[in-house]
Amino acid sequence: MDIDLDGDEDFDSGGSKLTCPGEPLTSAQDYMRGHGTYVENEEVIASVAGTIERVNKLVTVRAVRTRYNAEVGDLVVGRITEVQPRRWKVDANSRQDAVLMLSSVNLPGGVQRRKLESDELQMRTFFEEGDLLVAEVQAFFGDGSMSLHTRSLRYGKLRNGQLVVVPPILVCRLKSHFITLPCGVDLILGLNGYIWVSKHVKQSDREGEEGFDAEAVYSNQNDAIDDFTRIAISHVTNIIRALATRFIPLSDTILLKAYEWIVEQGSDVKDLLQEDIGDALVAGITAIG
Amino acid sequence: MSSRIEILNEGGFRSDGRRQYELRDITIDMSQQGTADGSAIITHGLTQVLVSVFGPREAKMRSQTLYDRANINVEVSIASFSTGERRKRSRGDKRILEMAATIKSTFEPVVQTNLYPRSQIDIFVQVLQQDGGLLQACINATMLALASAGISLLDFVSAVTGGVHSTSPMLDLTALEENDIPHVTVAVMPRTGKVTLITMETRLHVDRFEEIFKLACEAGKVIHGEMRAAIRLRTGMLISAMQSVSQNAGEKEDEQMYEY
Repeated sequence: MDIDLDGDEDFDSGGSKLTCPGEPLTSAQDYMRGHGTYVENEEVIASVAGTIERVNKLVTVRAVRTRYNAEVGDLVVGRITEVQPRRWKVDANSRQDAVLMLSSVNLPGGVQRRKLESDELQMRTFFEEGDLLVAEVQAFFGDGSMSLHTRSLRYGKLRNGQLVVVPPILVCRLKSHFITLPCGVDLILGLNGYIWVSKHVKQSDREGEEGFDAEAVYSNQNDAIDDFTRIAISHVTNIIRALATRFIPLSDTILLKAYEWIVEQGSDVKDLLQEDIGDALVAGITAIG
Repeated sequence: MSSRIEILNEGGFRSDGRRQYELRDITIDMSQQGTADGSAIITHGLTQVLVSVFGPREAKMRSQTLYDRANINVEVSIASFSTGERRKRSRGDKRILEMAATIKSTFEPVVQTNLYPRSQIDIFVQVLQQDGGLLQACINATMLALASAGISLLDFVSAVTGGVHSTSPMLDLTALEENDIPHVTVAVMPRTGKVTLITMETRLHVDRFEEIFKLACEAGKVIHGEMRAAIRLRTGMLISAMQSVSQNAGEKEDEQMYEY
């Protein structure tokens, strides 16, 4: 009972089968159609270019490059695009802008505080258009757009760093998406393909137990960042860019390996954007593994 | 005009050395262009078109959002250096707007817009060189760009131009031939054989129409084969790049597990 692919010559070495839009996959009577497929004349037909995946009777096609498909509980990095009554609109590389309700953020003056009318009037003091934030996907609305929340001390406004955008498929699911590299750089790997690279913040500073420092959480001011850290941040962002253009999936281990390789080679920050050095980096980390 | 240039000589060759039904060289480049979600450059002979697709994403103008499906927005710009005589066309040029509308109506029945409610799909077409068959190149490049952006499509679309010189039909016309003989552009969905676009700007004798139409549909299948191969190559390349490291990473994670 395998999916028959007539005239399919190039089976990939990894066993993944490729398909293109409009290619019949199998009979609709024996299989159920999943994402990336549709049914016509009792046949399941692919609607995107990608790999065919099968779970029991369910046939899906996973596109290689696509926008972010959110799931509840995912960690995302986003940018505020609009301030609306009692909500912010957030660009999270998804098909529609996500919504961050005023009721799903932590406000200064305690975690369990009630939202007042005055909070509604000063929403721009918390998040303004263009601000970056890290949040979690909370739920979906009827039209498929997602609702975010920042009800954790780990979530909130981002500063002291730089944003890199990669295809969402390259961000692997990890145990933790908050990564600290030994070079004094913190990474937030948003599952939507937005990656935040910033100066390392000490664990003790981050989790101020009861004294939730509102000033710091919604501050727009960067801390002083020394030259070494600035260079390290640029190194890491360029590593991510180099890996993403070569379509290498990003995980904590790979980034760590890549950074070690760079230090070993002693390459300059801007070298990484050169074609040959980037290729050497990829060859280097695949060889070490 | 037609007295000076010989469209089809006695040996059955055209002005660029092709046979009647021969298509021009097709090259396809599907590499990433900037921050676009999907992009493709297609070359039919000397005609070259670059298409970048953004989306589905939040519509820039709220008035354009449709509650039950995505809105497709096509913008065409023709480089002033793309033709023999240098000429700047404004964005509001009637011909350009018409071409954008044609591309939009070609893809509206093909893109599964109902999967992306309240969003917008932006298609930016940039004409880099033109030597006939402009619309066909635009449609083919848009098809490839949409596929590389991972947008759900019911089927492929492949377009080709056909023309007729006295009584002999020809395919994939150059600018020289397009100026001289009646021609028609056909876009077909190769799996079902459905036609999503058929357009002509010149008068074509009704007795010749069927012959050209059938030929163009056949040629569409040939172009489909080329585009399909290009997409498969690109997808295969990306997937093997992803697997090259992820397998190693898997092993590494196992090692780490032991360490803990």
